[in-house]
Amino acid sequence: MDNIMRTEVQTVYSRPPSLSQTPTHYCPGCTHGIAHRLIAEVLDEMDIREKTIGVAPVGCSVFAYNYFTFDWVEAAHGRAPAMATGIKRVLPDRFVFTYQGDGDLASIGMSEIMHVAGRGENITVIFINNAIFGMTGGQMAPTSLPGQKTTTSPNGRDVETMGYPLHMSEVLSRMDGAGYVVRRSLHDPKNIRLAKKAIRTAFETQKRGLGFSMVELLSTCNTNWGMTVQESLTWLEEHMIPMYPIQDFKVSSGLDGFKV
Amino acid sequence: MAKEFLEGNFAMAEAAVRAGVEAYFGYPITPQTELLEWMSSRMPELKRVFLQAESEVAAINMVYGAACTGSRVMTSSSSPGVSLMMEGLSYIAGTEVPMVLIDVVRGGPGLGNIAPSQGDYNQLVHGGGHGDYHPIVLAPASVQEAIDLTVLAFDLAEKYRNICMVMADGSIGQMMEPAELPEMRPLRTTTPDWATDGCLNRDQRILTSILIDPTLEEVYNHKILNTWYRIQANEVRYKEYYLDDAEFVVIGFGTAGRIALTAVRNARAEGIKVGLFRPISLSPFPFPQIEELVESTQGILVTEMNTGQMLEDVKMAVKGRVPIEFYARLGGIVPYPDEILGEIRRLAHEPRSPDGDPRARWMQRLKDGVITLS
Repeated sequence: MDNIMRTEVQTVYSRPPSLSQTPTHYCPGCTHGIAHRLIAEVLDEMDIREKTIGVAPVGCSVFAYNYFTFDWVEAAHGRAPAMATGIKRVLPDRFVFTYQGDGDLASIGMSEIMHVAGRGENITVIFINNAIFGMTGGQMAPTSLPGQKTTTSPNGRDVETMGYPLHMSEVLSRMDGAGYVVRRSLHDPKNIRLAKKAIRTAFETQKRGLGFSMVELLSTCNTNWGMTVQESLTWLEEHMIPMYPIQDFKVSSGLDGFKV
Repeated sequence: MAKEFLEGNFAMAEAAVRAGVEAYFGYPITPQTELLEWMSSRMPELKRVFLQAESEVAAINMVYGAACTGSRVMTSSSSPGVSLMMEGLSYIAGTEVPMVLIDVVRGGPGLGNIAPSQGDYNQLVHGGGHGDYHPIVLAPASVQEAIDLTVLAFDLAEKYRNICMVMADGSIGQMMEPAELPEMRPLRTTTPDWATDGCLNRDQRILTSILIDPTLEEVYNHKILNTWYRIQANEVRYKEYYLDDAEFVVIGFGTAGRIALTAVRNARAEGIKVGLFRPISLSPFPFPQIEELVESTQGILVTEMNTGQMLEDVKMAVKGRVPIEFYARLGGIVPYPDEILGEIRRLAHEPRSPDGDPRARWMQRLKDGVITLS
């Protein structure tokens, strides 16, 4: 009894101030919530919440701004990098990031993302790759895997007629304007911790003015994949990672010695 | 400031600079490119933002982002480029952020050509983008007016949190004439209370055009419609020439209106009591003023450099009470004053009827060889 009374209560886990108390609209098992929390934790650790402006996409995360406590704008489908450019150019001392899915970034927004990287625009992109269009109900995305069944590739993605998956991190990392481009995954605790470090490094890239930074996050969509939560995490690990290796594609020398 | 010999595109660019534009995003397209080029040297010189976007789609979304921070911001383009901007303009209207667009209109549809046209009237005045919204559209007829309306465009955009467009055409953009630029205004020192510029010492702000709950979207549509009625009540602009005793009225805007003025003067010299009504705000359109003209006129001639896009609005104001005739040059061709003079003579001297379709009659005259195109 004495021992219990003397134990000090320590908070070891709480909601980051950058994250708002909002009931989720995401499906149970969706990894968007994890990505949201990691961003919030990073902004709070860097103490930049009040200097940050997020740019939400069109897709499941169209309402991303409801889950945070700092300023957001909402872009047209695919145009978030252009909108972020407009904000960053007039407010260069603010932190500006986009949060985009694979349909938004790799399909309709291909032009905007290529050029924002090419210009070395000093913004950060959080790229959620779950290999499918989520919000519209599970259509084929540019990142859908060969053979993957979706509502618009009911017999599986046939690369002969539907093309091959796009490797956005690989492509964007070849841009001279890219300062930090890496791929991480959200399928287990170890990888989630690595993802957070990458997000922290991406915002550090922006802080140091090293150009375009992007963290691609392999994510699940158990609802539209037609799987249980556990099955989807396993599918990501077994099928997505071989196609989309977890790797650092570009790390600016300006980040030398930076440790998270 | 003294008058200088200025090219329209340059003049509009420098007018925007002096009106305090903080950021310009654009893409090359003839016949507005000189505007972009001037901004590319002038804006960095003043430590303001210039960026050549990868497309008009990107340019308008850069404008959207910068406008959300409360910055004074603009873009410019020409017809096909403005078509590409329509998506972004709808989002901007759906978010109520102010911005200015200068459209130096060229011949169309499609790739068309690079000659002066007024074919964007419907695209600018009556929509373009999806959903219900109304931009303010101002149409200059000279380099001086292009300067003055560019400055006004920023003030109106911010006053109403509305899109404001300057609809010039290739000839206004490309021609040189004496005009006076305004004094350099100081830059904005305050930030509007809706701007998303980082939530330092305040609550979160969100700027979005999505209202997923239809009842909220309905309320929003009411709100921007109310703004539009305020604009209609306060911002109608036009110019009248020789209307005091006029029996006949020519209605034309921009370059077509300016050329019509020469024709009107020549007709006056022949003893025809004709005047000119030149709408400057195409949106809000001067409906009440044209309705008033109907009381005292025996016939109206509408002249445009398109197939009669404004004619429809004039017809709406006239409501069949007086005869209307129509004359146009298309595809990038600017009419000669004599062509319009011929139409004024016809209106004054030949039998008139308020019935029938003025555009169909004009086409019939073309077919019958009554009109020969020069």
